[in-house]
Amino acid sequence: MQRFPCPFCGLRDEREFHYLAEAGKTRPDTTQPIDDNTWADYLYGKTNTEGVVDEVWMHLSCREVFILRRNRSSLAVEKAIALRTEAE
Amino acid sequence: MRSPYSAWSIFREGLRSQRGWGQAWRSPKPKSQYDVIIIGGGGHGLATAYYLAKKHGVTNVAVLEKGWLGGGNTGRNTTTIRSNYYYPESSALYDLSVTLYEDLSRELNYNVMFSQRGVLTLCHSVPDMEMGARFTNAMQLNGVDAELLDTPAVKKYAPILNFDASARYPIHGAIWQARAGTARHDAVAWGYARAADALGVDIIQQCEVSELVFEGGRCVGVETNQGTLRAPHIAAAVSGHSSLLANKAGLQLPIQSYALQAFVSEPLKPIMDTVALSPALGTYFSQSDKGGLVIGGGIDRIPSYAQRGNLPTQETVLSGLIDMAPILSRVKVLRQWAGVVDVTPDSSPIIGPTEIPGFYLNCGWGTGGFKAIPAGGYLLAHCIAQDAHHTISAPFDLTRFTTGRLIDEGAASGIPH
Repeated sequence: MQRFPCPFCGLRDEREFHYLAEAGKTRPDTTQPIDDNTWADYLYGKTNTEGVVDEVWMHLSCREVFILRRNRSSLAVEKAIALRTEAE
Repeated sequence: MRSPYSAWSIFREGLRSQRGWGQAWRSPKPKSQYDVIIIGGGGHGLATAYYLAKKHGVTNVAVLEKGWLGGGNTGRNTTTIRSNYYYPESSALYDLSVTLYEDLSRELNYNVMFSQRGVLTLCHSVPDMEMGARFTNAMQLNGVDAELLDTPAVKKYAPILNFDASARYPIHGAIWQARAGTARHDAVAWGYARAADALGVDIIQQCEVSELVFEGGRCVGVETNQGTLRAPHIAAAVSGHSSLLANKAGLQLPIQSYALQAFVSEPLKPIMDTVALSPALGTYFSQSDKGGLVIGGGIDRIPSYAQRGNLPTQETVLSGLIDMAPILSRVKVLRQWAGVVDVTPDSSPIIGPTEIPGFYLNCGWGTGGFKAIPAGGYLLAHCIAQDAHHTISAPFDLTRFTTGRLIDEGAASGIPH
């Protein structure tokens, strides 16, 4: 099994993780009119690029949502980037 | 003109020490100008070229393949052919494919070994049987053959399955499609290639497209490692790599590429006459004519361009096989491999023109492209030659993701992705 790094728990078995989406999408401003193409791109569009990609993953054990930088061609994991900031 | 394959030619070559067989297709140098260029020499690309030449008289066609014919998903699938889908649009599409497969060996003069041995989709509970009845009714209403079997009937077709009442997933019955079956996957690619070549199509292997060429907003050609080739119509049939190619045309597709694994066991004496699928266990299997069990399951749940699979999915699929048929627990797996599949949000394909004039797509088949090769080729050829959708391909236009009229077979037929 491959092991993925959780920013909160450290290295864990890949079966504990769930892929959610490609990182970097921004929800359209719903206070303004939104045309169909913009919605379709937001809902369904995917870069689906090869090589190193930032993806949003969840560690199912601790429910941490984070960015996993991963190579989709070699399947090597580069690093995990936490989305949490310190509580103010 | 090469001579057709026949029982007589096999007999004759037997007497001549097999020295009289000619090449099945040429390896021509690419011309600089074609009427249609098809990117991707898998089943769908070759079938598109064949139907362009055969049905529409368009013979100045090139099929470009970066590796070897059928070396992608066409040669990596589990060879199952079926049309057990839920929505009328999907039934029309996949049943066109099964119908074309039924006559394909004769049509192509090439034995694709289509064996209509039937597919069992197992039901493991009373609610499963109720959903099975609903699904069977939907298929029958769409004009596709379907039957709901009870346990003794399933046992008759596939006695090696686990009929123990204490099984983790006991068998209550199955949805049965008798016209479904398996075929020789390489033969489908080779048969289409040979028949298309005989009609004048240029099949060019080891020819990788690096860029698309545009003039005045139209796609008018491709740059390849064998030079620049031009045509007013460029079609891409490149499955898992569709997003990367469409990106060269400035298009972003609603596709995610995943690895899909398959397995084959050591050869066994005949023990399994049909294809059996357990949605609950996420495994299906059949037995090839060589005797190997051909085993498949769901996709790896991680986006991937690697043509190999990950271990958790192997564990799920193979332990599912043993739950389905415990008699197979000591069978050895001979080989494992994976292909890169193009999965859409509604698990239905994308066929037809794009917003870029001159650029066409045949993609998004996900885990089910092999069964649809004749239909995908037939319909894309129609789109290109007639400059309009066939009524069967119209619902599968790329614009459905903007209009919201999805054909969600992922939910309706329980496709596990």
